[in-house]
Amino acid sequence: MMKRAKALFLGLLRPSSLLLAGSVSAESVTRQLNMPRGVTEVSQAAYDIHMIMIWICTVIGVLVLGFMFYVMFAHRKSKGVTAANFHENLVVEVLWTVIPALILIVMAVPATTALLKVYDTENPDIDIKVTGYQWKWQYEYIGEGVKFMSELRTSQDEIYGRAPKGEHYLREVTQPLVIPTNKKVRFLITGNDVIHSWWVPDFGVKRDAVPGLFTAAWAKTDQPGTYVGECTELCGLGHAFMPVVVEVKEEAEYEAWLAGKKEEAAIYASTIGKQWTFDELMVKGEQVYGRSCAGCHQVNGEGITGVFPALKDSPIALGPAEGHIAILIDGVAGSAMQSFAEQLSEVEIAAVVHYERNAWGNDVGDIVQPINVLNFKQSQ
Amino acid sequence: MAHGPSQNFFSRWLFSTNHKDIGTLYLWFSFAMFLLGGFFAMVIRAELFQPGMQLIKPEFFVQMTTMHGLVMVFGAIMPAFVGLANWMIPMMIGAPDMALPRMNNLSFWILPFAFTILTSTLFMEGGGPNFGWTFYAPLSTTYAPDTVNYFIFGVHMMGASSIMGSINIIATVMNMRAPGMTYMKMPLFVWTWVITAFLLVAVMPVLAGAVTMMLMDINFGTSFFDAAGGGDPVLFQHVFWFFGHPEVYIIILPAFGVVSQIIPTFSRKPLFGYSSMVYATASIAFLSFIVWAHHMFTVGMPIAGELYFMYATMLIAVPTGVKVFNWITTMYKGALTFETPMLFSIAFVILFTFGGFTGMMLSIAAADTQYHDTYFVVAHFHYVMVAGAVFSGTAAVYYWLPKWCGRMYDETMGKVQFWIAFIAFNITFMPQHFLGLAGMPRRYSDYGLQFTDWNMVSSIGAFLYGGAQLLFLYNVIRTIGWGKPIDDPQVWEGAEGLEWTVPTPAPFHTFSTPPVVK
Repeated sequence: MMKRAKALFLGLLRPSSLLLAGSVSAESVTRQLNMPRGVTEVSQAAYDIHMIMIWICTVIGVLVLGFMFYVMFAHRKSKGVTAANFHENLVVEVLWTVIPALILIVMAVPATTALLKVYDTENPDIDIKVTGYQWKWQYEYIGEGVKFMSELRTSQDEIYGRAPKGEHYLREVTQPLVIPTNKKVRFLITGNDVIHSWWVPDFGVKRDAVPGLFTAAWAKTDQPGTYVGECTELCGLGHAFMPVVVEVKEEAEYEAWLAGKKEEAAIYASTIGKQWTFDELMVKGEQVYGRSCAGCHQVNGEGITGVFPALKDSPIALGPAEGHIAILIDGVAGSAMQSFAEQLSEVEIAAVVHYERNAWGNDVGDIVQPINVLNFKQSQ
Repeated sequence: MAHGPSQNFFSRWLFSTNHKDIGTLYLWFSFAMFLLGGFFAMVIRAELFQPGMQLIKPEFFVQMTTMHGLVMVFGAIMPAFVGLANWMIPMMIGAPDMALPRMNNLSFWILPFAFTILTSTLFMEGGGPNFGWTFYAPLSTTYAPDTVNYFIFGVHMMGASSIMGSINIIATVMNMRAPGMTYMKMPLFVWTWVITAFLLVAVMPVLAGAVTMMLMDINFGTSFFDAAGGGDPVLFQHVFWFFGHPEVYIIILPAFGVVSQIIPTFSRKPLFGYSSMVYATASIAFLSFIVWAHHMFTVGMPIAGELYFMYATMLIAVPTGVKVFNWITTMYKGALTFETPMLFSIAFVILFTFGGFTGMMLSIAAADTQYHDTYFVVAHFHYVMVAGAVFSGTAAVYYWLPKWCGRMYDETMGKVQFWIAFIAFNITFMPQHFLGLAGMPRRYSDYGLQFTDWNMVSSIGAFLYGGAQLLFLYNVIRTIGWGKPIDDPQVWEGAEGLEWTVPTPAPFHTFSTPPVVK
């Protein structure tokens, strides 16, 4: 009992970020009212200046509005007062112009220092390219040959209330970004289609992911843990469904993870030549479709009239496989259909094309193998 | 003797060139749009009541957030203040009507068509605009539904209407002041409107330019905002906010004017610091042109730009502070009474000050990295837009309605509406500060479980606030139809100014011979 009370008391004293840093419990963050202090120099600088501002505003607010409440109480007509008739006073008018200006000049100093920290992106230990896609993130470890997509793992059933919502509802991804402790990691952020924004509150990092532009941000922390963030620039209907999850691991653990990733890539490359069966491709294709295509073309393949074309009974899905693959590789210029050549592997593209040609009553019946996709890519 | 309004309903309202009738049209139109935009807000809050998609789909949700913003900004708030300007500016400066009465008719009648075009897209294939009221490219160009062309056309029409309305106000104030009504004797509402009108004339063409560039990108193969063609999506944001930042002052300056009329009346004391009020308004208007990129602190500007926009933005606190101090000092040593218009005005001062504080916090670029595009920003601008523009608009209607229709509103009902609105407003928007700081981004159709509690509170507050508006509508209709008749020209004991010298209710034509102002 005492132990529990003590834990609760300490819990109240600790900044909420520490609660977040450990095992994320929905319970512990429910009552969060303030900005997290975070785990990097930048987020702590932002938090500190945020608190300075809150206190300055509180003091000014209490003084000014307190005076107003005094006036409202003391100078009511019902108390029998008669109104005075003054309407200017040079001294107070100059004072209440100059004093706020001086306060602002004082505030500008910590504000500038904090901003310089945000922009201190030189000399990183690790560079990671972050690309925003509708509606997922791609992480590329520059110089390591490791690149992967990070997509929402929460199921459509949970979102639409057909299944109970898990503890990490909308805060879980297929593959989190992994970074080591005590290394300066620079994020080079860009967008593939529309503008997104990559935000990790505990790092104090929020940078827009603008197509055609690279912006830089950085993080360095000594606290391992899982940190959850969001996309913060309206990017279409899936805007709320592309969270950012970053795992900070001790350096040795990180190295092991990175080595594993490289190995995975090598194994994956060997599967391209494999001959897949009809049913294997359907199973794989349905998974890929659910993650990457159903957001627009809908789970039933019927699209949204006037915005996203139906794939069911579509001439492309029923036509030659070549043309169908070409749409995925090249996208459709001037429309929301982007190129998936960089987002999906050859196996995934083959599987999803195969699935689209043989699902919802589409019955082409042929088999699209990964090697066909690879050949198409190389023929371009 | 001047003739009265046409007896034929259609010719009176369709062909009217009378500033009072056109003012009435503007006010009813804006209230209708306010209810429509409010309905969209209710849909949003109902969906956000709990996590998960319950009522609508994400694609409709983003259409609702977009339409809520567009309808409220361009359909409700701006026309409401143009309506007040139409009614009050001629009566305040002793003019018989607006300087350009036919253009006045045109500038109003464009609006219903513009909004019919805009809202009709909700029923079209592809749905309404779904890119936020800030319509950032390329989401609003390459990735937009085809109906975006209707949106562009609608925005052009609204812009034309606003520019005509503004030219009319400038022409009226410059040419039609009564003898002796020098610039520095004009009521503050007139001053704030003149400055607003100049802002409108300056920035509406910029908005028109932005949407025209979109139109070209979408239909004629240009690449202003398309990186693949050598354009720059960030250019769109610079152009938009060069319009957008003055736009928010366009909304708030007339509200300052309204409050500067009402507080002296119910303090029975002249406005404190009249000339500093005028200079402060002009300074705010000037500063509004040089701070636009503080809406873009996370876009990756060079640090020099970021620092400049941060410092310039912080400066706005100075003239804004002067205004708040002046209002409070006007009340100091007055003889205060708290009728409904005064209650709304005081609430305006309190809540606007609060919104100003969060505005200062947002100006600090390093902290804005955390606030940007979260519910903290949503809370901030609703404190200045709703508690600012809507509260002061409500105050203005209660304040001038007896003069307009010669009947007194029900004071008890007005006060009940005030307290419901005040409390419900804070229940709605105060928790949104917490949501934003805890990490909930804006324009989210769904959210993680940790945000549930405050979203529920906020939604309940929103429904209550919506209900208070129906009470307002009822009170206004009841006053016009069945309110207690009054004939005192003064209406309010402490009221000063030319509008209170004409009979109550104000006749169809006032100041056919100009008064002399000493």
